[in-house]
Amino acid sequence: MIPAQFDYVAPSTVEEAVNALVEAGEDAKVLAGGQSLLPVLRMRLNVPSVVVDLCRIESLRGVRDDGDALVIGAMTTHSDVFHDPLVREHATLLTKAVEQLADPQVRHRGTFGGALAHADPAGDLGAPALALGASFVIAGSGGTRTVEADDFFEDLFTTAVQDGEILTEVRIPKYTGWGAHYEKFVRVAHQWPIVAVAAAVRVDGGTIAEARVGLTNMGSTPLRARAVESALVGQSATDEAVRGAAASAAEGTNPPSDLNGDADFRRHLATVLTRRAVLAAAGA
Amino acid sequence: MTRINVKVDGAMCSDDVEPRTLLVHYLREQLGKTGTVIGCDTSNCGACTVHLDGRSVKSCNVLAVQADGHEVTTIEGLATNGELHPVQKAFHECHALQCGFCTPGMIMQSVDLLNENSDPSEEEIRTGLEGNLCRCTGYHNIVKAVQQAADGAGSAAVASTSGGAS
Ligand SMILES: Cc1cc2nc3c(=O)[nH]c(=O)nc-3n(C[C@H](O)[C@H](O)[C@H](O)COP(=O)(O)OP(=O)(O)OC[C@H]3O[C@@H](n4cnc5c(N)ncnc54)[C@H](O)[C@@H]3O)c2cc1C
Ligand code: FES
Ligand code: FES
Repeated sequence: MIPAQFDYVAPSTVEEAVNALVEAGEDAKVLAGGQSLLPVLRMRLNVPSVVVDLCRIESLRGVRDDGDALVIGAMTTHSDVFHDPLVREHATLLTKAVEQLADPQVRHRGTFGGALAHADPAGDLGAPALALGASFVIAGSGGTRTVEADDFFEDLFTTAVQDGEILTEVRIPKYTGWGAHYEKFVRVAHQWPIVAVAAAVRVDGGTIAEARVGLTNMGSTPLRARAVESALVGQSATDEAVRGAAASAAEGTNPPSDLNGDADFRRHLATVLTRRAVLAAAGA
Repeated sequence: MTRINVKVDGAMCSDDVEPRTLLVHYLREQLGKTGTVIGCDTSNCGACTVHLDGRSVKSCNVLAVQADGHEVTTIEGLATNGELHPVQKAFHECHALQCGFCTPGMIMQSVDLLNENSDPSEEEIRTGLEGNLCRCTGYHNIVKAVQQAADGAGSAAVASTSGGAS
């Protein structure tokens, strides 16, 4: 299958890209790595009149250190995020999640911003970004605005990014010295998760001092497992204590039922994977 | 139509393409490079894998216009002066193919894998080839071929492997 015809523009600045989007109206589509958009266009599930390719905007690529946070450009590829030493040191959870995302070829093209803007409920980067309290910088014709992680993911495939806007960068507070793990449950190679759990913990003398836990594919958006987080604080990083806290992982979730598993199975998976993720993050 | 300039297997190509043209269609239909094949409609199988600026990509999931100003290497550009690339040679010697349909993509991805990690473990080979499906071989001899190419062992005995199908 090939996509329906569209006009193609590849501007070299964010401003030009926003102008092109605004001019084209709601029929325009942003193209980043194309790893989700091109399959959609090929199936003709979407028929944009104009495609605005961000590939020539150099300022959207790369990771930089900004004091107490890292700033990841929206067009940084999954593979570049994986190899980035700053991400590995200050946001290990992202390194762990991106390593398990798709396959090497897709990771060479797909981008950090593209995956988050796409907001597939089974996407592997939403739960880590939410758990780490990321903030999202969005550019539009009126300038830029910043949206916090709790407000970014609105629904299935829907984020705070509006028509005529571009996600330009994502700020991740530093979690230097925290342990992290992404536990992804799949049935076959290079698949989307049936359920996955993102966990980052700070362990102090064998006790969990702080914990952040995100859930993938347990609802229409990524979710924070806040009940687990508060139950973990002050516990020792042992199997028994973590098992107890993880038991509430499915609280407040609304997982889908599909061919890979029904909602009850996913609730069960969430507790098991949370225990594994937290124990691995704590190095226990 | 949009004019693109792409270096393909060492030769500069300048062509007009529709923006919706997929890189794989440009390679096969406009340049006649039918060594790169199409195995699926969902970007899952990896049969169409080529290198874009030295890194593996699925050419069914890239627009030809996105390759403008860049360099593409296909399976047809791997051999030098009629001499097979070590990975091609290893696939041949280890009997790493049956019908051969997945082979162009498998070889291109294996070359990428070895560029990144010249001494991969069996498990690293299997995960490195995660995006390439083979309906025939059960993967065992493909893994052996990558190990042989990594060892630079030529036709010498192939290191034994323990696992079954991936
Ligand atoms: C075979 C295969 C397997 C995959 N497996 C997984 C997996 O296991 N886990 C996983 O998480 N993902 C998986 N993916 C998807 C992959 O993560 C994509 O890279 C990602 O979802 C989209 O990123 P992209 O840069 O390719 O964006 P594109 O495909 O270019 O765009 C995706 C959407 O986001 C919009 N968009 C992109 N960038 C911006 C921006 N900066 N501002 C505003 N809007 C933007 C586009 O308009 C489009 O609607 C897989 C993809 C394939 C083909
Ligand atoms: S044809 Fe490209 S991945 Fe199958
Ligand atoms: S040899 Fe037939 S698909 Fe791999």
